[in-house]
Amino acid sequence: MLQEESDLSLVIAQIVQKLKGSSLYAQLERQAWASLQRPEIKLESLKEDIKEYFKISGWEKKLQNAVYSELSVFPSPSHPAAPPEHLKEPLVYMRKAQGSWEKRILKSLNSMCTELSIPLARKRPVGEQKELLNKWNEMGTDEPDLSLFRPVYAPKDFLEVLINLRNPNYENGDSLSFRTHLGLIQVPLKVKDIPELKEFFVELGLTTGQLGIDDSTQVPPELFENEHVRIGQKVLAEQDSAAAQQYIRQGSPTALRAELWALILNISSQPEDILYYEQLKTNVIQHDLLVDSLIYKDVKLTASNDDYYFVFEDYLYQVLLCFSRDTSVLGHFAYNSASPPKSYIRGKLGLEEYAVFYPPNASHLWKTLCWVQKITHGVIPFHGFSMYVAPLCFLYHEPSKLYQIFREMYVRFFFRLHSISSHPSGIVSLCLLFETLLQTYLPQLFYHLREIGAQPLRISFKWMVRAFSGYLATDQLLLLWDRILGYNSLEILAVLAAAVFAFRAVNLMEVTSLAAAEAVLADLSTLKVMPLLQIFLFATVT
Amino acid sequence: MRPELSLLLLPTEHADVMPGTVATVISLSEGEWDFYWCDVSWLRENFDHTYMDEHVRISHFRNHYELTRKNYMVKNLKRFRKQLEREAGKLEAAKCDFFPKTFEMPCEYHLFVEEFRKNPGITWIMKPVARSQGKGIFLFRRLKDIMDWRKGNAGKKLTSLEAQPARSTANPSGSHDARSSDDQKEDIPVENYVAQRYIENPYLIGGRKFDLRVYVLVMSYIPLRAWLYRDGFARFSNTRFTLSSIDDQYVHLTNVAVQKTSPDYHPKKGCKWMLQRFRQYLASKHGPEAVETLFSDMDNIFIRSLQSVQKVIISDKHCFELYGYDILIDQDLKPWLLEVNASPSLTASSQEDYELKTCLLEDTLHVVDMEARLTGREKRVGGFDLMWNDGPVSREEGPPDLSGMGNFVTNTHLGCVNDRKKQLRQLFRSLQGQKKASS
Repeated sequence: MLQEESDLSLVIAQIVQKLKGSSLYAQLERQAWASLQRPEIKLESLKEDIKEYFKISGWEKKLQNAVYSELSVFPSPSHPAAPPEHLKEPLVYMRKAQGSWEKRILKSLNSMCTELSIPLARKRPVGEQKELLNKWNEMGTDEPDLSLFRPVYAPKDFLEVLINLRNPNYENGDSLSFRTHLGLIQVPLKVKDIPELKEFFVELGLTTGQLGIDDSTQVPPELFENEHVRIGQKVLAEQDSAAAQQYIRQGSPTALRAELWALILNISSQPEDILYYEQLKTNVIQHDLLVDSLIYKDVKLTASNDDYYFVFEDYLYQVLLCFSRDTSVLGHFAYNSASPPKSYIRGKLGLEEYAVFYPPNASHLWKTLCWVQKITHGVIPFHGFSMYVAPLCFLYHEPSKLYQIFREMYVRFFFRLHSISSHPSGIVSLCLLFETLLQTYLPQLFYHLREIGAQPLRISFKWMVRAFSGYLATDQLLLLWDRILGYNSLEILAVLAAAVFAFRAVNLMEVTSLAAAEAVLADLSTLKVMPLLQIFLFATVT
Repeated sequence: MRPELSLLLLPTEHADVMPGTVATVISLSEGEWDFYWCDVSWLRENFDHTYMDEHVRISHFRNHYELTRKNYMVKNLKRFRKQLEREAGKLEAAKCDFFPKTFEMPCEYHLFVEEFRKNPGITWIMKPVARSQGKGIFLFRRLKDIMDWRKGNAGKKLTSLEAQPARSTANPSGSHDARSSDDQKEDIPVENYVAQRYIENPYLIGGRKFDLRVYVLVMSYIPLRAWLYRDGFARFSNTRFTLSSIDDQYVHLTNVAVQKTSPDYHPKKGCKWMLQRFRQYLASKHGPEAVETLFSDMDNIFIRSLQSVQKVIISDKHCFELYGYDILIDQDLKPWLLEVNASPSLTASSQEDYELKTCLLEDTLHVVDMEARLTGREKRVGGFDLMWNDGPVSREEGPPDLSGMGNFVTNTHLGCVNDRKKQLRQLFRSLQGQKKASS
């Protein structure tokens, strides 16, 4: 009991510490001062009166939302003597693996630099800056020569790394048993099984109304849809994050989705947020990064070629170019096993490389170097990265809001899809969950696919890494991402992947090669996500 | 009725849309056909001296150009609007204000200049009346631009002015009985243009301008029976919209035909969105009510435009026509009619497009009903919803609520779910059942 209390007070202290540095704190302070003028605030009962005032004016709700938001990303309690790296990622072998993966990426980036003799970063001449500023809203019309660039890595490269992950402390013997995991991932992480998933995703059950199922044309709207919309509007009126997160587990009505997501992610467009975005934009204008060309290439290859997302090409540049310069994204590294590898970069970048491009201004040089070392670790886009942003363009049209939403989604969810960690929403766990579900509940299919050399994970990996963006129809994708937000977990991606295999099991049993299996699963655009999930979780005889 | 001998003749343009059916074409002897999806040129040359049995169907109305040539459509609409104002007042007439101010050139040149001077600085667009696919169109802001153009065409213009009867003083009721003047309307070798007010604040998605292509099937004009297809698409311009580059044809013209020649064009892109996607996008941005209003305003455009030529078009019972409506939405979510096409393109730019057009043609044939399977009381056939049946058609069942009270919702579902296969199955099964019962 005592332990719990002291844990709780530790958590509270940490959250208070975090919030003290936020703009909300400043706003609350201002509001408190302003409220002194109000007649109902009396000196004798100052504290209670101000608290009451906050409650009535909605500021308490905002504070609640902020706290809730912090709690969502708070790491689980751990031993007080644990070192910070341990908090980020408790398993040593995972930390090591992530470290060496990052090293590889950086090496690849550096060698691309040298090969093409392009600097990692350079300051733009004034003329070029002006030009870019004019073209800011239509960068997609630019057709720079990107033929020499190649994406630093593709999902399948990352999959190879994951396949080779081993826990050095784990010995499962040479003999095969019914416990042997037949899939590609060979690390012993705990994943949920279907009974646990049923409990976790209880709101997706057969007896609960869902958007994506109970709003189809055959179902009269009075049965579920109308009431659900009404509740959604109420939740928005109350501006309650926690309630919104609970509500959205049953799906979000199209008209309310943009606001609901903003509420759950606790994004409100304050002037300082817009200012922050403008600052990033200025950075983009002033400096050109190698990473930019990679971003361009990725957008051109993926989103621009998509039948539906091509329209949003310009927004993608506006978001991604700024994102690659956003050092506050590093804040999420407190929750990620990765850490900026100072040693690697300093060793690689000789000062002389930069003497050519910059005036000999030492302090400026160091600042740039430090900044470069931060951002080159920040986010290095892989092939398909821009697809994280594309569906959001459907909902948000103002660049700074779109940016904020994307950044929050990234630091809460998407980063886990391309870094190595033991977190239950991390990609390793998702892969293992997928394979386990398949092996346990569709053993014949799994065995057959394995025999013909078509390990299921090889096909479903790309879906999960991209959170199914670009594979599902947009409205279905948004319904899926509703649930990611609602359950604050990416496990649903693995469940959906398994459900897709279950759905096409009959066809898959007949194929005789990996290529044929890929062909059966090539087109997911006609799938309806919610029925698939419901059937797999709640209506399959196990 | 000889169902066994139904022959389909399709011009080559359609060959890649319905390859299966073309293969069943048999050689034909003179006049031995029951159904003809014809070319407008064939129509012009042969319609008047072709005898057609009662059951025969042909895919155009004799003088469809009253609706599809921009100058005639404008005239008919203006006339209809005046009539509405006389009969039902200004408010009713204002419902016809979906067409940007248009002047026929060169005969209305002076009226145009007057309007031009009243609104300095706005942009105008010059379109040839009878060409399609974006050819010959240009934008201008200064009178000087058209003065030059006018000089360039001066010789031709005079001839046309002399040759045709004074069109502007034509019979106010609009009836054109004289065959010869009809022919002249079509055969004028010289180009006629219209100058139209350019819509400077189009609705943009992703910074791009787009227009909507909607399909309307008219089975007869007297009485007016029109069907609206649920699917359609939004065609995007490949480049970003800005008024500063009015010379860039590619920016302003959203026809796929023009876009195909733009250097940015990548055929894989297709630059089209299906209407369902467009409708969803708007709903997530503006809410369902605003979208309902927009779509019912579009219904209004279809119906009023058809009503305006109702008395003019020769309503032959053999004729039906599938129109392609081009609609532009502005930033206030007001729809504008750009033009109506009598022969909408049926070539497909992508797989999705191919599916849409094949299903569209299939459903058109179902509505035309050569096999005489329908009862004539259907409100929906496949992807087509009956929009107007000599009066508004309501979504609700039962007799229409003519009192004007209550919630009248038109039976249109543009951009909505199109579960046509299922509907067709159910429809034909029940029709079969009815036939069996009555035999």
